[in-house]
Amino acid sequence: MTERFEYLLRLGDSSLVLAQQSAAWVAHAPIMEEDVALANVALDLFGQAKMWLDYAGEVEAAGRDADALAFHRDAGAYRNVLLVEQPNGNFADTIVRGYFYDVWAHLQLAALSRSSDERIAAIAAKAGKETAYHLRRSEDWVVRLGDGTELSHERVQCSVDALWRFSGEFFLGDAIDAAMVAQGIGPDPETLREPWLQRVGAALGTATLAQPADGWMQRGGKQGRHGEALSYMLAEMQVLPRSYPGAAW
Amino acid sequence: MSKEWPLWEIFVRSENGLAHKHVGSLHAADSEMAVQNARDLYTRRNEGVSIWVVKSSDIVATDPSQSEALFEPSEDKTYRHATFYHVPEGVKHL
Repeated sequence: MTERFEYLLRLGDSSLVLAQQSAAWVAHAPIMEEDVALANVALDLFGQAKMWLDYAGEVEAAGRDADALAFHRDAGAYRNVLLVEQPNGNFADTIVRGYFYDVWAHLQLAALSRSSDERIAAIAAKAGKETAYHLRRSEDWVVRLGDGTELSHERVQCSVDALWRFSGEFFLGDAIDAAMVAQGIGPDPETLREPWLQRVGAALGTATLAQPADGWMQRGGKQGRHGEALSYMLAEMQVLPRSYPGAAW
Repeated sequence: MSKEWPLWEIFVRSENGLAHKHVGSLHAADSEMAVQNARDLYTRRNEGVSIWVVKSSDIVATDPSQSEALFEPSEDKTYRHATFYHVPEGVKHL
């Protein structure tokens, strides 16, 4: 059961961190339409995080719900992949970060919708529809920026090069993943690698962007080893419930 | 070339069987982006099942200075409204 709890934290925390990051664009996006679109994506991801973390709390059976897990854990207890905690940067950084995540999430949710755990299968089916749209949007933007102006091409190539090293963690399994595979709950992360590379490779090609060479890949987020950016982000996200415990609308 | 993205008029069909209705306008670089922005701006509260986008500049409108010639002649022709018919008794589904 502890393994399933950990696994649900990984799913929920990646959604939650990316949601909080995307939400920070509100009132800062290049145009108003994009402001609303990013907020929509963020709200979808917050919803997904709540479903995963509520279930995690039930599995843990220690009286914690999604709010308790979101607001009363420090960075070291977070299990999100490192990619999503990378700073928003410029618009291209945010788009590429979202795109790498969306392709992976889309594949993973499709596999999870066939999970032996019915609750996980149901959440994945719902989240899968939302993510299919996120992916359509982010892929569209990658192509637009890559095949856009000289400046947008240059910037988005920089983003791809900088964020590529965080994509390897998606496909690195550990003992928890192995336990999930054995119980028919989740997919072997390695099986998502080829479809991810194919889809991203094709999009980068269309976008006239160069796919970075395979190199060193960062790892450790799923095990709780994070960069410092996550602590700052969580400090902002958690300040209210921690300053006023039990505060309600 | 203008740096401003063109304006698009957005039409949403709220449910199958009804006509698309004009809901507003937005900026987008092309039709694909206009559809996506329309989805995010105008259907986020479950308002629609179908979206049309039309470039605002492609819409041909009536000239306000021609309003009298265009619309006034119909004002006094109330016989064109179907209010003078008596519905026969026993007709249920009219």
